[in-house]
Amino acid sequence: MKSIHVSATVNGDAVEFICAPDESLLDVLRNRLGLTGAKEGCGTGDCGACSVTLDGRLVCSCLVLGAEAEGATVGTIEGIADGDTLHPLQQSFIDHAALQCGICTPGILVAAKSLLEKNPNPTDTEVRYWLAGNLCRCTGYDKIIYAVQDAAKKMRSA
Amino acid sequence: MRYVAATTAEEASALLAAETGLAKVLGGGTDILVQMRAGMVEPALLVDIKKIPGLREIKSEAGGFRIGAGVSGAELMRHSAFATTWPGALEGFNLIGSTQVQGRATMAGNLCNASPAGDAVPGLVAAGATVRIQGPKGQRDCPIEDVPVSPGKTSLAKGEFITSIFLPAKPARTGDAYLRFIPRTEMDIAVASAGVCLTFDASGTCTAARVALGAVAPTVIVAHDAAKTLIGTKVDAAALDALQAAATALARPISDKRGTADYRRETVGVLARRAAQIAKTRAGA
Repeated sequence: MKSIHVSATVNGDAVEFICAPDESLLDVLRNRLGLTGAKEGCGTGDCGACSVTLDGRLVCSCLVLGAEAEGATVGTIEGIADGDTLHPLQQSFIDHAALQCGICTPGILVAAKSLLEKNPNPTDTEVRYWLAGNLCRCTGYDKIIYAVQDAAKKMRSA
Repeated sequence: MRYVAATTAEEASALLAAETGLAKVLGGGTDILVQMRAGMVEPALLVDIKKIPGLREIKSEAGGFRIGAGVSGAELMRHSAFATTWPGALEGFNLIGSTQVQGRATMAGNLCNASPAGDAVPGLVAAGATVRIQGPKGQRDCPIEDVPVSPGKTSLAKGEFITSIFLPAKPARTGDAYLRFIPRTEMDIAVASAGVCLTFDASGTCTAARVALGAVAPTVIVAHDAAKTLIGTKVDAAALDALQAAATALARPISDKRGTADYRRETVGVLARRAAQIAKTRAGA
């Protein structure tokens, strides 16, 4: 298999990488760029643990080829905090204990951030539907909804 | 496997035609990349069509809309003119998968995956949509319903792929709707589904009707005999009874883990009835 050279922007930084034609963007992020925040849960787009933004659109990075990222802008969990200052969503997840094992958390934070950018004042139902593609087997989801809503409230008054 | 991001439709078609091994089109990737991972398909060539100019655009054309084959559900959902004109065609497509899947999935991909239960298809068939196909010999247009021929198979010849889907101008007093049944509220595959598009005259009499039934045959059923029950009526209770009975009679479902054939026949009749009621309301009749 002939490797492909790709130039992209990840979390605001210009990056270049070489990948196999059938290599997922998730594998590129984790194995070639050292960004291990996005997790592989299912590898088939069902669990959302690998959620990233691609040109501003929420996607499963396991269902994107690394080669498709040529010229694209990718956003991952590693780009959410501002240096040592956590994003309001990250702080809210800690405050509300909206995680246990943490495997789903990076994907949920990326997805929730994407929701609040489009809709700063969602209803609980809108949060639940938006995050329906992010599976969590620990929390039962309620604490995640509370955390997202509390962060949304703080971000609206900030 | 080779990956090529084609820059023109002609180039993509030539690549697909010239490949001696299995050649596949990459649109949103939400089916093909899953199938590759599962080992169901092992393409020798994957042609990414999203960098072809126009394939990620929604354009107004002849009073209707031309939707590029690379346009995702999330992109189409935010096109307010399309959403208010053809809500039924849009709602079927937007039912597919999660937010993440909607960020990539395409109508053309759902059509070419050729699942009998593809949610994007019945609404497009009811709306009278057509596809534009690029092939080695040039372009051709064909009705949506002529693309899938059996589960997983399409009528596209080697080297052919869909570049856009066209929804025509919507006549006055016309409404469309799509309903499916699943045993949960989100992210499941239709047990049965129905897309309906109705046009009325100024007196509230139905003058044109298209009914498409999903997941009750190897491909979507264009239910002409069911649609006929509504034409010339006010789509009142008696007409809806006739529609429901006709839709049930036309269904040719299988029994599987999602539902028995009898259950699907019953359900598809009810869905056609309810979709017709919504279409009537949307038509303002």
